[in-house]
Order: sequence, then structure tokens, then C-alpha cells
Amino acid sequence: MMLKYIGNRILQIAILLVIYVAIVFFLLHAMPGGIKTLLISNPKLTPQAQEAIIRAFGLNQPLWLQFVDYMKNVFTLNLGISFSYYPTPVWNIIAERLPRTVLLFTVATLIAFFVGFASGKSLAWNRGKTTEYVSTVVGIITYTIFTPLLIFVVIWFFGSFLGIFPLNQFLNPDLWIHTRLNAQIIFLYILMTMVIIGAVMLASYTIALRFSHKVITRRMIFYLSSIISVIFSIFFWWVSPVGIYAADILWHMVLPVMTVTIISYAGTMLVMRDSMLETIKEDFITTARAKGLPDKVVRDKHAARTAMLPVVTNFVLSLGFVVSGGVITETLFSWPGMGMTLLDSTLAKDYPLAAGALIFTGIFVLIAHLVVDIVYAFLDPRIRY
Amino acid sequence: MADNTNMTVKSVEVKLESPFSIKVRLLWRAFKENWNIFSKSKIGMIGLYIVIIFAVAGFIVYPILADTVWKTTSLNAMVSYNPVTGYDFLQNNPAPPSWAHLLGTDPLGRDVLAQLLYSTPREFMLGIVAALITVVIGTLIGTVAAYFGGAIDTFFMRLADIVLLFPFIPFLIVISGMMQVDLLTLALIIGLLSGFGGITIVLRSQGLIIKSRPFIESAKVSGASDAYIIVNHIIPNVMPLSFLYMMFNVTGAIFSEAVLSFFGLLNIKMSWGLMIYTADTAGYIIGSNIWNYWWLWLPSGASITLLCGAFYFIGRGLDEVVNPRLRKR
Repeated sequence: MMLKYIGNRILQIAILLVIYVAIVFFLLHAMPGGIKTLLISNPKLTPQAQEAIIRAFGLNQPLWLQFVDYMKNVFTLNLGISFSYYPTPVWNIIAERLPRTVLLFTVATLIAFFVGFASGKSLAWNRGKTTEYVSTVVGIITYTIFTPLLIFVVIWFFGSFLGIFPLNQFLNPDLWIHTRLNAQIIFLYILMTMVIIGAVMLASYTIALRFSHKVITRRMIFYLSSIISVIFSIFFWWVSPVGIYAADILWHMVLPVMTVTIISYAGTMLVMRDSMLETIKEDFITTARAKGLPDKVVRDKHAARTAMLPVVTNFVLSLGFVVSGGVITETLFSWPGMGMTLLDSTLAKDYPLAAGALIFTGIFVLIAHLVVDIVYAFLDPRIRY
Repeated sequence: MADNTNMTVKSVEVKLESPFSIKVRLLWRAFKENWNIFSKSKIGMIGLYIVIIFAVAGFIVYPILADTVWKTTSLNAMVSYNPVTGYDFLQNNPAPPSWAHLLGTDPLGRDVLAQLLYSTPREFMLGIVAALITVVIGTLIGTVAAYFGGAIDTFFMRLADIVLLFPFIPFLIVISGMMQVDLLTLALIIGLLSGFGGITIVLRSQGLIIKSRPFIESAKVSGASDAYIIVNHIIPNVMPLSFLYMMFNVTGAIFSEAVLSFFGLLNIKMSWGLMIYTADTAGYIIGSNIWNYWWLWLPSGASITLLCGAFYFIGRGLDEVVNPRLRKR
């Protein structure tokens, strides 16, 4: 059952992926002023040279043939060679930068979701109090604030005024100059550690569900195994000689993560508040209260769980929005991920890299969508397809 | 005899109001009722006030000021208040706020307040044009998909799924890097792209509810064509929801424009985002420095935030009019 659902979702995402690449192709290549015009628009080119370029890039073929070629190239990761990092292939650059975005984005989104969920829950529960009003207004302000403005203030406050966080880049050159280590490898190790911790948490959750019917034992199993895996990985990094380098990268990550969190938590919070407000008017909440259940239990077990469905839907749909905010954040913090690559290559007129970055940003959002869907179906007993 | 009945019909028609004036009065009454609900939502009213203030500043105050105080005369020939080409020769630029320049001047010697006011109508135009295009497309597609169902429905819903997941800002960045995008083109692109997105899903589901109402059935029985039913029965009923989404789209369009011009990707002379871009590329917004040159980024950044927020506030206020479930009981 579950496998069939996951297979279905993967199929759908694959179709969406093909359509997405098609849209990007037609908008970037087929439009007037697209890549063709750019390649031949240099006035110094002789007509013969223009002809040769058009033939070399296959631009004289019919559109659908170009499209098939393009598709083939995208799915064999043959994205051409970057102009500004000549002669590095685009795929190598993307393979280096994609993990950085993935880490930043995943951590920030998870924090933002849980902060938004918890605060939206208590906002709806405390309706009409001053705290509710204030935090709704704060939430709306952070939701609509012009992102660069927020980042300027964050950089000033934490970087200059308090001086506790590094301002930009993703590592400290003074530290790394004495080592022959590759930052990318360390980075991948960090990512791997996080994936392992996540997998342990998920596994312990399912085991706890199977193993016991008592809430307390379930919780014990879940929390204990999570804490043990976290402590174990921290210990592992502590003993290993490269731990300090990993800490350096993580230290540089704090401010960007915080910014993306501030930008995106309010969306979840506002939807959770609205959804919760509707849920607590339902009859079963009145019943639960009338039979004398403690307030906290009614709030967390009865209301919040029911109110969660539209919140998750909204969360999935806002992934694109968060990625957009991530582009601005990465650029202003000089975090060398996909967003910064996209902007820099666009400004440098490095079109193969820009198109590649755009395609992989889209693929990343689609896959994030898929992962959220599957994890959610896994966790929520109401969803069974 | 025939003449007589004709006379009575005419006299009755004179006594009755024309259908047009009845329609107007009904609309007026509905407007007043909805206004009462809307004006009770604090947040919506705050948004409305902010929008009105900006509109007055941009559409009325700026032309007056430009024609009177800021006009270059022989008396102040050294100071030009033109938001794009102006320069103040009497001081070092950027200069902090003074009586001559209420919000100071930017690194190129132009008056910040003049730039701010000059850009305001343009932001309004961009936001409203983009949102109008979105709403027209979204309403048409949503209602048509709801009414006909089947393949059309499936196609547009899958398309909406894609557009929803579309990394919007990255896409606009690449497009505006490749082409010369001015304000109107940008409004067109944003409007077209988001017209196929989430708004169609919402309006389709509303359209499905309307479609199952009995008056659609009776219109069909009395021989109304599909186009007639969609235009005259379904669209008016989803209109409030379209209007609500229009407000959110204005926010999105203004925000996108600000981000793109902040990165210096748009082919425009002046906008709020471009003001921050100018200050940023001239190196006045770095770390501890920022409060020494606050007038270079705070007024424009705050304007973007306020106007985006204001339309969002109005949207949330309208939400309470459109969705009765959200009202306090």
C-alpha cells in the first residue's frame, strides 16, 4: 500500500520534472532574445562564424529536435561548460554547490516549520490576549519585510554590534590555510551525519509505534535514541581531527539559517493559527473539554493534530517561496550555494551555468516536495492511499 | 385594445425602476454590508490607510512638489530635484537629511525623498497591472476548468502544480539577466506566470461549489449557453475570492520587482529596490556602517515593506469578508 503510494508520487514527480525542464527550455531557448540571439549577437562575428555557431549548437534543427537533445543532455547531466569558470563543466560546479544549499535550506526549513507550528498553536489557543496580537503583527512583519532590509539589520546586529557571528563566506580562511583538507569533503560528511541522525529518528519512531502501545514507552524510545545518536555524532566529530573545521562551517551557517528561518516561519504560523481557530470551534473539542481533559492535552492531542493537515499542504506549497528567499540570503551572506551561483552567473552573462542552476533549483524543490509528501504520509495515520 | 395593453406596460415600466438602477442599488447595498465587515477588521483598515497614504503621496503630492518647491529656478540652479538626473552642487554627497533635502541625498547627489515619491506610482502600476493579469487569467481558467471538468480540468490543475513549485525569483533573475526587462514587461511576466498558479486551484474549487447550486441547473434548462453561464453566473460568484487573491498578488509583484531591481537586473530608471542597489554598490551598506548612512536604505526598504505589508493586510481583512468561517463568533 505504502510502496504503491510512494511509487505513484515518484512517477508524478518525474512527469512534473520533465514538464519543468520543458518550460525552462521553451522560455530560455525558444523565446525571441533567448540563447540563440545571445550567441550570435556579437557584432564582431562574421556571417560565416554565426553560421558555424548556429550549426555547432544545433540551432538550425527544428525546435522539437533541439528539445529532445536538450532533454537528453539534462538527464545525462551534460549541461555544457561554464563561461566564467572555463573549462569547468557546469555539472561539476553544481555538484559542488548543491549540497551547501541543501544543508542550509533543510535545517532552516525544519526549524521554521516547528517554530511556526508551535507558535501558531499557542496563538490560536490564546486568542484575544495581547501576546496573540503582538506576535501576529510581528509574524506578518517578518513575513512581508523586504528580505535584504532584514539581512542588513541582521548582519549589523550580530556581525558588527554584538560581533559574535562571522559576517560572510562559509569558512574562515585563516583556519583553513594550514590544512590540505578539502572543504567539500568535510561538508559532505556533515550532511551525511545529519542524514544518519534523521534516519535514526525516523526508524526509532516507527519501531516505537510497533513495539509499544503506551505513550510513555514510545516517547522514551524515540527521545532516547535521538539523543543517543546526536551525542554519539557530536562525540565522533569531537574526537576526529577535522572536527574543528566542521565546527567552523557550522558556525558560519548560523546567521544564514537564522535569516531563512525568520523569513519563512511566519507563513506556517499564520496558517496554523487560522486552521487551529477553525478546529477549536468543532464539537469534539467541546466534548474533550467537557469530559475534563486537561487543557494541554486538548490543545496538543485533539486540536493541533487535526489542524495540521492544511498547514502541511501550505508548507509544501511554500517551498518555492523559501527557495526564493534563500537566493537573496545566500547572495547577501556570500554563502556559495545554488542561489548565489544563479545570481552571479546571470550577472556575468554565464548562461550555461545560469540555466543549469535554474534547472537544478527546480529539481531540488520538486524533490523536497516529494520527500515532505512521503515523510508526511509515513507519519500521519490518516493518510493511506 | 393592443394599444391599451401597450400603454399599461409602459406606465408600469415608468413606475418601476429600470433594471440597471436596481442592479446599482443592489451592488451598493452589498458593498455597504461588506464594508461594515471589512471596517471591523483592524488589520485591514491599517492596510487601507497605508495604501491611501502612499497613493496620495505618489499621485498627488509628488506632482505638486515637483511643480512648485522642487522646480529648478534661477534661484536654486545649483540644486536639481530630478529623481533620476538631479544633482546638488552645494554639498558633499551623500548628505544626511537637512531642510533642503528632507531625507538626504544618495551617493549620486539625488534627493532621496524625490526618488521615493517618484517611484511610488510606478510601484502601484506594476503591482496592480500584474495582479489584474493574474486575476483575469486565473478566474477564466479556474471557472472554465470547474465548469467543464475532464481533460481541461486535469491539464490546468497539473500545470498549476508545476507553477506553484516554480522557483519564482530564481526564474525571474535568469529571465531578466537575458533580456532587457522593463517595468511593464515584468508586470506581464509576473502576471502571466502566477495566473496559471495557485489562484486557479482556489477559484476552481470555489467554481465547483457554485456549479452545484440549483440556479446553474435552471439556467441550463432555460437554454443558456455554456459561455453565458460562466460569464454571468459563475464568474460573478467567484469574484470576491478573485479580488482577495488580487491583493496577495500585488504584494508578490511589488516584492519581486524590488528584489530584481535590488540586484540591478531591471532596465528601469528609478525604483525603491534600485535606490538600495545604488547605495549598496557604492559601498555604503557594510556592517557597522549602516546606521551612519541610514537614509540611503531605510526609507526605500521601509516603503517596500510597508506597501507590500499593506496589501497583505487588506487581503487578510478581505479574507474575513469572503470567508465567514473566520469571523469571531
